[in-house]
Formats: sequence, structure tokens, C-alpha cells
Amino acid sequence: MKRFNFVFTVIVMLFLYIPMIVLGVASFNAGTDIAVFKGFTLENYSELFVDKTLIPLLLNSLILAVLSSLIATVLGTMASMGIHSMGRRMRSLTMGMTNIPLTNPEIVTGVSMGLLFAFIGIILKTQNVLGFTTLLIAHVTFNLPYVILSVMPKLTQMDPNLEEAALDLGCTPRQAFFKVVLHEILPGIISGALMAFTMSLDDFVISYFVYGPSFRTLPLEIYSMVKKPLQPKIYALFTLLFISILLVMCVMNLLQARDEKRGHNLTHKRRRNV
Amino acid sequence: MYKMKRIAVLVLAVVLALGAVPISASADEVTINVYNWGQYISDGTDGYIDVNAAFTEATGIKVNYMTYDTNESLYTKLKTGGSTYDIIIPSDYMVSRLIEEDMLEEINFDNIPNYQYVDEAYKNTAYDPDNKYSVPYTWGTVGVIYNKNYVDEADIGSWDLLWNEKYADKILMFDNPRDAFAIAESMLGYSYNTEDTAELEAAAEKLKEQKPVVQQYVMDQIFDKMIRGEAYVAPYYAGDYLWMLDENPDLGFYFPEEGFNFFIDAICIPKGCQNKEAAEAYINFLCDPEVSGQNLDYLGYSTPISEARQYMDPTMAESDIAYPSDEVLSNSETFLALSSETTQLMDSLWLDVKTAAADEGGNSGTLIMFAVVAVLIIIIGVLLATKNSKKKRRANRGKAN
Amino acid sequence: MRSKLLAAPYLLWMALFAIIPLCVVLYFAFTDFYTGAFTLANIIKLADYLPIFAKSVWLALISSVICLIIGYPVAYYIAGRSPLWQRLLYMLVMLPMCMSFLLRTMAWVAMLEDTGIINSVVKAIGLQPLPLIRNDAAVILGMVYNYLPYMIMPLYTVIMKIDRSLIEAAQDLGCNSSQVFRGVILPLSLPGIISGFTMVFVPAISTFYISQKLGSPGTTLIGDVIESQFKTAYNPNLGAALSLGLMVIVFICVAIMNRFSTDDDEGGVVTL
Repeated sequence: MKRFNFVFTVIVMLFLYIPMIVLGVASFNAGTDIAVFKGFTLENYSELFVDKTLIPLLLNSLILAVLSSLIATVLGTMASMGIHSMGRRMRSLTMGMTNIPLTNPEIVTGVSMGLLFAFIGIILKTQNVLGFTTLLIAHVTFNLPYVILSVMPKLTQMDPNLEEAALDLGCTPRQAFFKVVLHEILPGIISGALMAFTMSLDDFVISYFVYGPSFRTLPLEIYSMVKKPLQPKIYALFTLLFISILLVMCVMNLLQARDEKRGHNLTHKRRRNV
Repeated sequence: MYKMKRIAVLVLAVVLALGAVPISASADEVTINVYNWGQYISDGTDGYIDVNAAFTEATGIKVNYMTYDTNESLYTKLKTGGSTYDIIIPSDYMVSRLIEEDMLEEINFDNIPNYQYVDEAYKNTAYDPDNKYSVPYTWGTVGVIYNKNYVDEADIGSWDLLWNEKYADKILMFDNPRDAFAIAESMLGYSYNTEDTAELEAAAEKLKEQKPVVQQYVMDQIFDKMIRGEAYVAPYYAGDYLWMLDENPDLGFYFPEEGFNFFIDAICIPKGCQNKEAAEAYINFLCDPEVSGQNLDYLGYSTPISEARQYMDPTMAESDIAYPSDEVLSNSETFLALSSETTQLMDSLWLDVKTAAADEGGNSGTLIMFAVVAVLIIIIGVLLATKNSKKKRRANRGKAN
Repeated sequence: MRSKLLAAPYLLWMALFAIIPLCVVLYFAFTDFYTGAFTLANIIKLADYLPIFAKSVWLALISSVICLIIGYPVAYYIAGRSPLWQRLLYMLVMLPMCMSFLLRTMAWVAMLEDTGIINSVVKAIGLQPLPLIRNDAAVILGMVYNYLPYMIMPLYTVIMKIDRSLIEAAQDLGCNSSQVFRGVILPLSLPGIISGFTMVFVPAISTFYISQKLGSPGTTLIGDVIESQFKTAYNPNLGAALSLGLMVIVFICVAIMNRFSTDDDEGGVVTL
């Protein structure tokens, strides 16, 4: 059974990475046709570095993704704690609300927010209400449920006695949260934050309806480009992006592993001292 | 953990610092928002002119360039509101619709001295009779593009190539109602501007008939698919055919005998424009014969400025596809704005066409319905069963305790 | 009592940016395009789109089930590794999602097309090109590919937290491995299954990009219809009514799924 799971996981991983391989190979392709390899070249990369539109758009996307996932993570974690301590009726009501952006098709969320912002624009008497702020609001809104859905299972799985024990042992509620609860739900928070980040980085449906000319993101640009034979420098951009995200994640993992090791040693020491 | 937090803060700070550059840079300079069709301006590839960069160089005004793919999506974006543009380039019928709905600014032609170069034939048009709101950018025609390697020469000449079962799954079709209906109307002998419900319904039927042989309803993806040979037949704009021909010399083009659409795409300034003078400077720049010539040399569309043709590659300037003879053009018809009721009717008929089941009979729909209902019943059944057993288990546990 | 207030900023946010836009949708769904007067015509028109609704539900359901079947063993395998490997594998599952969804779908198109990568190999061998693209199977493939990580992530998060001593206890009490799985692991991972199912089903039922790129002209999903109403046809009223219909369907499905999990919340996952 274990061997089967191993082989199966490898196959699924390969499946997940097929398009990445295709795009990676295409970034070195001398021709523009993604399906026909016409020879190896690095020209796409050098073209990318002199390109004046793609890089600022990528930065825009990154700013938006970092900010919106950060806000969503803080708000969402707080909310999860709050929801967790609610009574049954209140909780199902709130979770129902959490489900709204999820059950709303992306396009409806986008359109309804677009209409709302246009309406706010009329009230504020500005015609250019769409821009960075509206994108940020929209992104935070669709990120929140993902954070909550990642954190809530952790909270429900957590032994409630843990927090009580901490409180009994003289922790203030704040200490109990940071020392006990946060530690327990941290994997959920991290996965929620990462998910929010990727969702936000990649979104184009909702963004399409709430972006203004003053602030655009990379997916919006790609969405309008995808119609033509794509310039291979886009593949180059994404291959580089892919590699850098891979590196960042590896470094984060190593750091976390080291931190944990140290933390582990500390608790051991503390235990021994006791 | 604290380390991670610090790293996160640092990353954020760096990103913000980097990001702040493009945001703040645009604040003190004049920037115009140009909203144009995709692939509809020379952007510097293959040694052609980079129009927007040249404009910035000449005037110091920055261009924030964005694209759309159909007149209808442009209209929707403008109608939804919340953002403003300085330049848009809709087609003739959309110009008159926008004029009718009071969505365009009147252009101050004193700021556009180059307007004098525009040929008289493209002034005082039906869509803007008083020449108040628009300046022609390009004109062109719609025809059939086909791949000579796969399409039998005996089959060409008429729109019915797009209905030919021999090329089933290799035929592309317009993904916008106006152009798609125009083809069906040509075949049925109706005017493109008919407001007759029965005629429009007949055209919709004709389009539904075509659906089984259609590979996909697309707009600009036609480029990719025709160039690569993924599809063999497609109706599209003549100018884009000339562009594609550079990439794939096996492509052919003809004007269908039943008649075809003649269109003018015009530059307009929408209401809410923030920098009207800068926008007019941009229009003026586009009307410069040299710019227009080089720009349209790349695009393959036809210029409304005769003088511009001397700046073009002679093969383009003398192409009888870009500049067909008057005799050929006599077979063409322009789009006029339809009443909003007719537009609505056409939209909903078009939706019917696109959502109609492609496989004949339509049994699959009902089959699917039954399947879904069955699945739902099973799910609810399982749900109730697990609920009961859980209760039982809990009850048992209670007893045991 | 105090910690309940933690949800307050969130509730305020959602009220402003989720509930009010929802009211906007409701308003449009029940008003006339021209006059803005109250009408039921848009809702009545939904009946015409019943087969499309059904097809969307059907494809999304199949995709979710396939995702569950594929995702569960993977999540289970990952959860059983050492912490370092867990994180690495989890990262590997997440990583494809960081790449543009549009580009990944384009890459699939490039693979599956008649002139695509797979078919050029097939042709090189001397066979007829395979009809890989423009059918329902291709749409399902696209959905499974794009939404599989959404299934694996919550599953892994939940399975990882299962107390291994419970499994050992069950084994000590004489359960064989399939009994352990059915009696202990599966019920305990139910919250993850529900969460994952929801996260796959909802985007799958409302997608329009995948069906446009990988489907045939006949595979029009409800997402495509809504998109065309808002993007090209500009009939926000019909679009809102269609969205409302879609929301009701999704709501029913989610409610059904949530009935599994509320039970477990009450029973307490940890106490068994």
C-alpha cells in the first residue's frame, strides 16, 4: 500500500508539472510556436530584461498579492478565533457568510464589486474610483475564505484543554494565544496565507472588473495577450518566476526547519531544567 | 518564528519600495489612457515603428495602453463605469451607438491639424454625420481566410465554405454577434442592418446549423490557430489576413460573392476623459501620414489617409486585398447602429446559438439532467444513512457510558 | 466572550464587500433592463438554461470526485513523511499554482491540440491524430489539473493532524489496515474531504476559461453564459439572474456537504 501511494504520488506530481515543463522548454525555443521546438536560444531572456512593460506589471502583481494576503491572513485568523468561540447558531451564520465569496462564481464577485465601486464612485463624485485600492479590497475579500478554511480545521482539531491548561497555569489570554494556540494553528495560517498569496497573484477574473487604468497586474495583461501567438519572453518570465518562487520556498523551509530544531532543543533544555 | 516574521517584513518593505517606483512615476507627468483593440497598433516588433514610444518621444506625454477584443466588451467596460479612458477606437456602428447614448466627447479639431490629410470619403460618414466625435483610424473589409494546403480551390468563393462539412472541426467563427449575424444575413440575402425579427431569427437558425462544423468561436485567437494550421477556414478582417500571411504563406483570402462587411474603425474620446488636449495630440499624431503609413504597414489594415501610402511597403500599399477596387467594394455593406431592442434581440439570439447543443437531437441534455438528479438522490441517501448510523453509534456510546 | 469580538472586523468587512455586492446582484436579477422596474422575467428565463446548469453541475461533480480519488492517496502519503519531507512535498503541490493559471491552461492546449505536442508525436509514429481536445473529457482534465491542489491541501492539513496513536490503538485492537482506514482515518479526515470538495467544486462549476479553451463549442458551461452577459452582451440583469441560479445550486451542494461536518464538530474529532 505504501509503495502504491509512493508511485501514485510521483505520477501525480509529474502530472502537476507537465505544463511547467512545456512552458520551461518553450522559454528556450527559437520559434514562437509553443508546440514546435525550432532550436535552443537564450534570446527570449535577453528580450525580457529590456522589456519595459512586463516587469513593472509583475511588481504590481507582487505588491498586490503580498498586501492582500497579509491583510487577509490577519483578518482571517482573528475571525477564525472569533468564530471558533461562537455558539452554534452564530457560527453557522458566520460560516454561511464566509461561504458567500466561495459560492459566488468568481465572475459574479467581480461584477458585483465592480458595480458597487462604480456606485461608490458616483457618491464620491470621482470617475476614477477603480485602481489599486479597489483591487486590494477585492483581493482581500476573495482571499479571506481561503484563510478561514485553512485555519478553522486546525482550530477544531486543537485540543481545547490546551488553551485552558495554559490559562490555568497563569497565562494571560494573550500569552495563551501566542504561546499555545498560535503554535497549534500555525501550519493552517501559513498554508492559508500561501494560498491567499497564490490566489491573489494569479487572479484575473475578479481583477478584470475592478481594475482601473492606473494600476494593472500581470494576469490581466496576459489575459489580453493570450489571444495572439504569445511572445516567448512571457514563458521566459514565468520560468524565472517559477524558479525564484521555488528558491524562496526552499529557503523558507530550511529556515523553518532550523527554527523548529532550535525550538525543539530549547523545550528539551527547559524540560531538563524543570 | 520571529526570524520568519522579520524576513516577511523585509520582503514586504523591499517589494513596496520597488513597487512604489512605477506608481509614483506616473503622478507628475501627463499620461493618457489608450484603450484599443488587441494587436491594433505597431509596437516596434520586426523593426516597425513603435507608435506609442514615438508619441511619448515627440510630445512627452506618456501612454498607458490597454486592449479589448470586441466592440461589445469595450462598450460594457465603458458602461459599467468606475474608470475613464482618454482614447478609444470603436468600429463604425459602435461609434454611432456611443454617440446616441451620449458617451463621447466632441473633439476639438483645431488641435488636430493633421485631420486635413484624411480622405473626403471617410468624412461625413453615416455613423458620425457631422464629423464631431470621431477621426477615422483604419478601414477594412471582412472575408474568408483559408489554408491552401487543406482547402480545395473548388470549394471557395462563397460564405458557404464556413458551413462545409468536409472541413468540420476545422472551421472557426466570429465570437461576436454583429459579425457572425452579418455572415448569415449575407447568405440569406438580408441587409446587415435589418431590424426584422423574423429575418434575425432565420439568421440565428442558419448559425445554429453551422455549429456542428465549428471548431471554436474565437476572436483574436484566429491568428494563432490559422497560422499554426490548427484550423483551415475562418472569417476575419482583411487587414489581419495580411498580417497572418507574413507568418504563414499558405493562407489564402477571398471576398465572398454574397457580399461582405465594409467597416471603419474610428478614434474617439469618451466622456470623462481626463486629458482632452493630450488625447487630441495623440489623435493628431496617429493622423500624421508618415505615422499612419508605417503603423498600418505593420497592421495590414487600410489607411484612410491616401498620402500615408507612400510611406508603406509598396506591396502593402498596392495590395488589392487592403485596397480593393471600387467594383469589389460595391458588393460590400456597412454596419449601422441598430436600435437597442434589436441589439438586445441579437444578443439573446446569439446566446441561443452559442448555448445550443452541438450534437443533434439534444437528448444528451436530458440524459445529463437525469444523471444529475440520480447523483443528488444518492448523495442525499448516503447523507441520511450516515447521519442515522452516527446517531445510533452515539446513542450506543451513551448507553455504554 | 472577548474572543468573539475578534471576528468583528471580519464581519464588518464581509458585510461591506460581500453582502452588499450580493444585494446588488439581487437587485439586478429582479429588475428590468430598460425601465429598472421589478420583474420576474429574468428568473423565468433561467428555465431555458436548465440543461446548461445541469451540464455544469455534472462536469464539476465528476471533476471533484476525480480530484478526491487522486488527491487522497497523495495527501495521505505526504502526511506520513517526516516533517521536512512533508513541507517539501506540500510545497511541490502548491508550486504549480503559483504559475499563471492562464499560461498553464495554454500549455495544456499546446499539448492536446490537433497540431499539438502529443499529436505531433502520434503523427511521427504514423498514426492518425487523436481527438484529445474540444470534448468534455478535456474540460474535466483541465478542471482536475487546475483544482487538484485545492483538494490535496485541506486533506493533507487534516490527515497530518490525526493522532497516530489512535491508528496504533486500532491496530492493537485487531483492526486490519482497511478497517483502520475505514473506521479511523477516513472519518477523521472528513472535514478535509468536505473542505477540499467545496474548494474544487465551486471554481469548477463556475469556470469559463477552461471550457472555452479546452471544450468544444457545445461545451458551454454556465460560467461562459454569465461571462458573455457581463463582458459582451451587457445584459447585467439576465447575468445577475443566472448568477443567482448558480449561487443557489452551489449553496445547496455546500449545505449538503456541510451536514457531514457539523456532526463531527459536535462529536469532536479528537475524542472519537
